[in-house]
Amino acid sequence: MIKARIVVTLKNGVLDPQGRAIEGALSTLGFEGVGGVRQGKVFDVEVAGDDRAAAEADLRAMCEKLLANTVIENYAISLI
Amino acid sequence: MKTAVVLLPGLNRDRDMIAALRSISGVEPLTVWQTETAIPPVNLIVVPGGFSYGDYLRCGAIAARSPVMQAVAAEAARGVPVLGVCNGFQILCEAGLLPGALMRNTSLKFVCREVKLEVVTNRTRFTSGYAEGQIIRCPVAHHDGNYFADEATLERLHGEGQVVFRYAEGTNPNGAVRDIAGIVSESGNVMGLMPHPENLVEPEHGGTDGCGIFESVLGLGQKVAA
Repeated sequence: MIKARIVVTLKNGVLDPQGRAIEGALSTLGFEGVGGVRQGKVFDVEVAGDDRAAAEADLRAMCEKLLANTVIENYAISLI
Repeated sequence: MKTAVVLLPGLNRDRDMIAALRSISGVEPLTVWQTETAIPPVNLIVVPGGFSYGDYLRCGAIAARSPVMQAVAAEAARGVPVLGVCNGFQILCEAGLLPGALMRNTSLKFVCREVKLEVVTNRTRFTSGYAEGQIIRCPVAHHDGNYFADEATLERLHGEGQVVFRYAEGTNPNGAVRDIAGIVSESGNVMGLMPHPENLVEPEHGGTDGCGIFESVLGLGQKVAA
């Protein structure tokens, strides 16, 4: 069993109103000096077998086909 | 004029769409469930609005990968007109049948109100019944209608006349880039828009401004000279 963590984030230049709202809330709580917040998603995925190269290729295909919308999002895969 | 309406779990504007198509075309629309892998020959396929699959992952993302959307893509490739409204627009973008993506409204609020739309071009199968530059009324109801595409895509959309509807008179409800409310595919037979023309097709709705889209694509009604 191979475990992977996939992090999906908005591309640079794509407006993130939710991140802005979170940034505003942090400031309301008194956290000063927060230069910016970008919101993203984390997927923890388990892949059967122990072929790490094959798993990584599969995970990449999962990101391209479903987990990320590459029009607006980047993804990063790390095997745990 | 035969029409088909795609049904997916979580859609809620399907009945409004069916009622509009029935009244305008005079024929009861077919309904096509998410598991179906083929769509009978029709003159128009509509992906209606709602919250397919609870908007899980991203609006329209799961629906876009359902079997029926493969069938919709196959029909679109054959040149059959396909219309996506609201969640339907999001689904068509997620399915890659239209460029760009629909993001969270910049206000972070769900907007449910009437907007003004400019008919940017009437040289499409969906807008030939309107005059170019005509301003029509149309209701919107969405949380993720903020259209986004990269600069190169936007330039192409404008250059090729693929931007069909723009929010007019300062009524952009969602922060969509360049006020884009609706676009058509390069091939011209797939259109998506966030507003709900099916909710303004009878005098009892308060107006009939939405009829033009259905009449245009179905070849009904009066054509307006360009």
